[in-house]
Amino acid sequence: MSALLSVKNMTHYFGGLRAVHNYNLNIAPQQITGLIGPNGAGKTTIFNLITGVYTPTEGTITLENENIKGLETNEIAAKGLGRTFQNLALWRHMNVLDHIKMAHYSQLTYGLFGSFFNTPTCRREEAQVEENSYRLLELFDIKQHANQNVTNLPYGAQRRVEMARAMATNPKVLFLDEPTAGMTPDELVQMIKIIRQVHEDFKVAIFLIEHRMKFVMDLCQYIQTLVFGEIIAEGPPEEIQNNPEVIEAYLGKEDLT
Amino acid sequence: MEFARKFKRVFSTVPMLGWLLGTLVAVLIEYYWGYDYISYYLGLPKIPVLFGALIMLKKPMMIPGAIGYDMIVYVIPILLVAKVSTRFTNPLAASFERLPLWTSVLIHLVFFYAILHLWAGINDYRVLIVKLTLISIILTVSINVINGYQGEFSCSHPGFMALGAYTSSIITLVLFVNDKIFGTALLPASFGPWIFPFALLAGGAAAALGSLLVAVPSFRTRGDYLAIISLAFMFIVKSAVENLNVIGGARGMGGQPDYAPLPIIFIWTMLCIWVVHNFVSSIMGKALNTVRDDEAASESMTIKTRKTKMTAFMFGAFWAGVGGGLFAHVLAYINPGMFSINRLAEILAMVYFGGLNSIVGSIVGAVSINVLGEALRPLELFKWIIIPLILIFVMIFRPYGLISFKEINAKRLLRSKNNPKNLVKSDPMNTMAKDKLGV
Repeated sequence: MSALLSVKNMTHYFGGLRAVHNYNLNIAPQQITGLIGPNGAGKTTIFNLITGVYTPTEGTITLENENIKGLETNEIAAKGLGRTFQNLALWRHMNVLDHIKMAHYSQLTYGLFGSFFNTPTCRREEAQVEENSYRLLELFDIKQHANQNVTNLPYGAQRRVEMARAMATNPKVLFLDEPTAGMTPDELVQMIKIIRQVHEDFKVAIFLIEHRMKFVMDLCQYIQTLVFGEIIAEGPPEEIQNNPEVIEAYLGKEDLT
Repeated sequence: MEFARKFKRVFSTVPMLGWLLGTLVAVLIEYYWGYDYISYYLGLPKIPVLFGALIMLKKPMMIPGAIGYDMIVYVIPILLVAKVSTRFTNPLAASFERLPLWTSVLIHLVFFYAILHLWAGINDYRVLIVKLTLISIILTVSINVINGYQGEFSCSHPGFMALGAYTSSIITLVLFVNDKIFGTALLPASFGPWIFPFALLAGGAAAALGSLLVAVPSFRTRGDYLAIISLAFMFIVKSAVENLNVIGGARGMGGQPDYAPLPIIFIWTMLCIWVVHNFVSSIMGKALNTVRDDEAASESMTIKTRKTKMTAFMFGAFWAGVGGGLFAHVLAYINPGMFSINRLAEILAMVYFGGLNSIVGSIVGAVSINVLGEALRPLELFKWIIIPLILIFVMIFRPYGLISFKEINAKRLLRSKNNPKNLVKSDPMNTMAKDKLGV
């Protein structure tokens, strides 16, 4: 099976600091991949490199055999990499419905003059977007909040808004940066359900960063472990779970003396 | 408070059409009897221009007369007619609801303009105030696009205005006026009013081009630093014009033909409000808000942040340029000193007083600061103590301005008020409607 998203020999320096070294990734269509590692290992940096927030110093990134390295973040996003953020990145003066609508930006064709004069094309496209947004809101169980300001929502619902917003960009690969950070156990279970559902309904590949092992082991088909910017182990969950190097990175070396 | 609530309850059944009708009656009363009877018997020297504010401050003895005049001419007729006429204005408003929204809005606007025209027609001073207020609305709405919706702190609005004012003035002077600087007119003067809109558009375009000088740095910096850059832009424009003797330099440029009568300015103002409203309520325009609130998230959601920033600046500057062009043709004289820090303070006061991220807020801000400024004119120096104090109090109680983060809902504004279905749905506080339905 050919890879949907593939990263080859990606290295990145922040000034003199080597943040990521020789990183490789292949994501097959509909595969759920996890990226784990201690704090400061460079997981979010890898997300930012692939999604175009930074441009990697070396290496290649291709999406469906098309180079996306060096493109602007919004172009990469429009090509099919949707993402959520570690700390919620919602627009605080906007209501929930508008959040979802905004993520359709790249799918609009009416242009600036269409919006100035509210042309029929503009009205038709906006109506379509609205319809699609309501569908997503329903799917993520936040329809009842549609007209509320996003800051008034409970935390779990805000997370769902972020997911729904990412899905509105029609991604081929969905990047989730610690989707369960700060969640209660109940919300966690709900989140697993939602991610499974998204995976099935949208046939999307998922790449996620997570700290909670239960979550990662439950969901992922393939796991990479990152320590100090380098992959120390990768493979199916069972393999990673028993890998001595991974255990060492997380718990420290066993004292044998 | 009790009185206010009662008042609200009694008048909650009056649709916009009713208020307009009441105002029309008031204006007609003033037009026909204001001078001959009412002000004569109240001992006023002439019709009070701004609801008696000027007379009251100049001659305190006239206070009872001026208040009496306001009551007899405005308050009582408006309230009475508005209330009594609900019997037929409500059904009329209901029938307008069945029309397409734009038709209904247009009818209301024409009606409103007729009233404004009659009111202002009483004397030239009123005409000037109304013209300048309308231009201020254009300026405030347009700076709100940059400072409110886009969330930058731009200080270059007078600069944009100057670009628009000078560009359109040069065009009209070269083409239609026998001028000292530019020589004889190239076209017959009768073409003037038809070419004038294009001159204004050219002024707007010049301002939009100039705004790129501020927009491009905004890709890399924002907040205080961008504010400084935009301030620098304003001074660059001012000193450039001062040193260009071809266009009059510091002496300024006069003799613009009078192509900007009240109806023309009114049409441009409404056009500005309509276009800005369309823009900011579309997804393209809401992108401005997303860039303000979280740029990284906007990028990841496929929003082109650079294009968005450029659009915000160019669009805001365009309308500032149009406003500047109208301004030049109203005063028939401009000089670089007009587009300096004082003008900036005025524009910023209007937008922050009225409310960020809201067109209604901008209109309220522009109208109130303008009218207040005129009304308090007799106080001279104290005016500049009172207006800033009001601003400070607004900022204490409403940090984002009077009416912020609210959009116009024309449908709701214009609809009939005795339709119980309408009332309960949108306004659960309305007790009248609940009584009617027996809820």
